[in-house]
Formats: sequence, structure tokens, C-alpha cells
Amino acid sequence: MSARLTRDNVAKVADLARLDLTEADLDRYTEQLSAVLDHAEDVASLDLDGVPPTSHPLPLVNVLRADVVVEGVDREEVLSQAPSVEDRRFRVPAILGEEP
Amino acid sequence: MSAIPSTAIEIAAAVRSGSLSAREVLDDHLARIDARDGEINAFNLVMVDEARAAAAAVDAQVAAGEDPGPLAGVPLALKDNLCTHGIPTTCSSRILEGWRPPYDATVVQRVNAAGAISIGKTNLDEFAMGSSTENSAFGPTRNPRDTSRVPGGSSGGSAAAVAAGFAPISLGSDTGGSIRQPAALCGVVGVKPTYGLVSRYGLIAFASSLDQIGPFSTTVADSALLLETIAGYDGRDSTSINAPSPSLIESLGEGVDGLRIGFVTELMGEGIAPDVAARVRQAADALAAAGAQIGEVSVPAAAFGLSAYYLIAPAEASSNLARYDGVRYGMRVDAPTTAEMNAATRTAGFGDEVKRRIMLGTYALSAGYYDAYYGKALKVRTLIVRDFERAYADFDLLITPTSPTTAFKFGDKTADPLSMYLNDICTIPTNLAGHPAVSVPFGGGADGMPVGVQLLAPALGEATMFRAAAVLESAAPALDEVWS
Repeated sequence: MSARLTRDNVAKVADLARLDLTEADLDRYTEQLSAVLDHAEDVASLDLDGVPPTSHPLPLVNVLRADVVVEGVDREEVLSQAPSVEDRRFRVPAILGEEP
Repeated sequence: MSAIPSTAIEIAAAVRSGSLSAREVLDDHLARIDARDGEINAFNLVMVDEARAAAAAVDAQVAAGEDPGPLAGVPLALKDNLCTHGIPTTCSSRILEGWRPPYDATVVQRVNAAGAISIGKTNLDEFAMGSSTENSAFGPTRNPRDTSRVPGGSSGGSAAAVAAGFAPISLGSDTGGSIRQPAALCGVVGVKPTYGLVSRYGLIAFASSLDQIGPFSTTVADSALLLETIAGYDGRDSTSINAPSPSLIESLGEGVDGLRIGFVTELMGEGIAPDVAARVRQAADALAAAGAQIGEVSVPAAAFGLSAYYLIAPAEASSNLARYDGVRYGMRVDAPTTAEMNAATRTAGFGDEVKRRIMLGTYALSAGYYDAYYGKALKVRTLIVRDFERAYADFDLLITPTSPTTAFKFGDKTADPLSMYLNDICTIPTNLAGHPAVSVPFGGGADGMPVGVQLLAPALGEATMFRAAAVLESAAPALDEVWS
């Protein structure tokens, strides 16, 4: 059995997922996500030792192609869709000097 | 102006023969959209100029004695999570505001090359997460058969566009039922093909091991034609099956004589409305009358499908949606640092349900919970695959309801996400197994709203599945026939 989802769990998950939640959001999401996880207890409580996992419907192997140069998407067109661009590159705010 | 036929097959035949112009067909459909889409809200964008140019090109080809292709002049609506080069593609999310993709999805290239006229981009639950199209940043789509009710989702706009006569065919995507459930609720045909049969290149990813593109139409034959057009190997999707596109139209009339068709007992009991279950039994009787052998079959692990799906799909989504960080496309909310900008952008750009699924998936994958949730769900997926294998040892096809109920009212399930998720209980097992399924309209429920009957087939079993769907179609009671 898994432990019940706490408000702190939700706050941590939101931080990992880069979402800012208000106090009211935290209360609401804790309740709603708990309901879904309670339902999932039917799966979480199964004894599935020895059953292999299936992560994908197809028996995938590495898919290779010939090493031939083909036209990709147009660089200027891609850059034209970005919120901020400088010197033909995506521009972002400061990343150095942030708190870890 | 001559009467415009209602099916894609008839329209394409008339346009190819020169008896009807693509321009006339398009004008007729644009007029219908003008008259009623203000009320229905099936479209995020009607591509008037592009569609007119495409229709003119088709007419020029016919005039020059060339064949524009099997979908010549047929208006087609595209779910707004399919990339269209230079044309806004939103996933009904604010976070993609203003984005114009730099390429076409493979399916878009294929329908255009077959002569279809892409008429617009249809509304959806944001990033295809939902079962009612109420989660759209651009407002809900209404069910054309009763505008106080939802059209289902997530491909609610594509289903409603066909049901309202805005286009004879459309494309949607199905991750846990997002084509079949809205098809059922709107009273049209909807198909989820075998995983890997249709290229996902240019389909904006929700849950990559489950997502599959498929058709909507008013007739089984039109869905067969559209699926033939979009299916087939594509080197740009590494999960594309390297096999020829199936031939579906050819065998459509072969009937079901001698086919073994199984009722899935787990999906006919608790949680299924009595009128819906009754229609499914009536549909099975119709298949039996046409020569099929009907029996009962158990797929025990299907009972765990919903829980497994609502761990696996959010887990994959939390990874896929990490790319919306305000750096390369769509909106950005400025902040002093990149991490703060990422969070501010995602907080403002994503709606409630998308946030909920991202957090659920992040939790299911996080240290300490991975084995209990995501790991267990993947093992349940194995059980479901094994149970289907056993069922298909004895049966060629399986039959179930598509949705546990007919179309519900707006707001009925928005406050309780779990009650909304329960809509997908009959459709989810197919996605987990990667198998094909079709929803065929089969009369009305007790409220006079359409009921969808679902046929399931093993991987690449589309040809047999379509034969049975055609039999159901010809035996189906009127969509508004009240069950009593």
C-alpha cells in the first residue's frame, strides 16, 4: 500500500514540474489528485512479482536510417516562432548566479 | 447549385468526374459553418483562404484532365493538435498562442496529396486531455444533436464538425478514447487504428506510447477510405509499422458470416448505463442475424485499465509537456531568471486539467513512488495484453459499449476529475494494448441521444473490424430512436 498524498507532496511535485501554485490551488489539487490515487490503489496493491513491464505496444528495436543529408526545417522560420531571439539563437533570461 | 452529396466517397466521385466542382462543395460547407459554428464552436480556426486555394487547385487539375486523388474536393477538418505549416496550431492551449508550425504533419501531407480540402482546425480538450471538450482555452464545443450537452472529447470539435455537416470527414487523435467516445456521443463513426499504422509525425505528443491518429465520418466506408489514405510507413516516425497500408474498402461488403465475436463481460456490467448495454446486446443480435457466432469472453485485467492508464498517460505527458518552457515557441511570461520564467510561463499557459495531469505524472514517476505506481501500471499493461491474446485465441472481434453513457450536460463532471475519467473505461484497454477499435452509432439511448457500439480487433485486424462495422451500420436503428 502507498501512503496517502499530502499537501507537501503536491507542493514538491509542482516545484519539480515548474508550476507555481497558490495556497487554494494546493488544497484543491491535493484533494483531486488523492481521489485519483485512491482509485489507483487497485493497481498499486496488486501482487505483480514476476510480471514483466510493458512500456510500449510494439516490440521496438533501434530504428536506423541511411546516413544521408536531408533538408530539415528552415532555421529562420523556426527562430521566427520563438519569444526572444538574439544572434540567430534562442534568448533566455539569466541562468548563471541562480540559487541552486 | 446542385445538391451536394453527404459522403466523402460520393463527393470525390462527383468532383473527379467533373460533375461537381471542389469550389461548389467548399462554398456549401463554408456556408454551413457560417450559419451554425457560432453556436457549436467546433472550429478554433476556419482556413477560408487556404481552403479556397486548395479547391481551385483541385478544379484546375480536373480541368486539365488530371486526377486529384481519392479525396478530390472533400472538405476535411483537422484536430488542432495536428501541425499545419504556417497555420496556427494551438492544442486549445494558451501556451501555444501565436505559434505557426514550421512543417506539416505526415497525415496532413497525405490528405492534401489525396485531393482533400483542409477546411479548418478543430477544438479539443487542452492537449487532448479530457472527455468533454470543456477543457479548451477557447471555450467548449457543443453537441450538434443537443447543444446543452457535451460532444465528448478530447476530439470533440472533429466529432461535432462531422455531426453538424461542416465537413464529411475529419481527423482526431485517440490516447484513451479521444476519437471513439466523442464519435459515440455525437452519433458518428470514429476509428482508433492499430498503434504504428498511422504516422504520428506532426501530432503534438500527449502520451507517446498510446497516441494514435484516426478518422471520423458519417459512414463506415468513408472512415475506411480516410484510413487507407493516412495509413502506411513513415520514416519520420520511428514507431511507424513497416508494412503496406491495409486494403479496407475492398473487403467492406464481405459480411460477418462465420466470424466469432465476443462480449467482454467486464465491460457490460457495473458503471454501464442500462440503455447503453441494451443497445450493445441489440447490436450483437444484429451481428448474429448476419451469421456471426456470438459468445461471452472475460478480459479480467480490463478492470484495472483505468487506473493503469491514469498513471501511464500522465507520466508520459509530464515528460512530453516539459518542452513548453517559454524558450522556443508559444508564449513567454518574463521573469528575472530562466527558472522563474519557465514556471511563470507554464503557470499562466496551462489550464487546470493539464496541470493536474502533469503533477499526477510527475508524482507517479518520482523517487519512492515509481515502483508503486508507474512500475505497477506497466505490469498491468502486460496483463491486459495477455488477456486480450487469450480472448483473441477464441474470437475474431470483441464488442463493448464505447462510452458508459450517452452525452452528458455541461458542468456535470467538471468538479470531479475522477468521474470524468470513468468515461474512458471501455476505450482505454485498447490503447494500452495498441490494438484497433471502432465506434459505430447504433440508435439512441433512453434520452434519445446517440449510443456508440465499440468493436475491438487484434493488432492490424482493421479489415475484419470494418466488415463487422459495415454490418452494424446497415442494421442500426435511427440515431434519435429512443430506447424503451
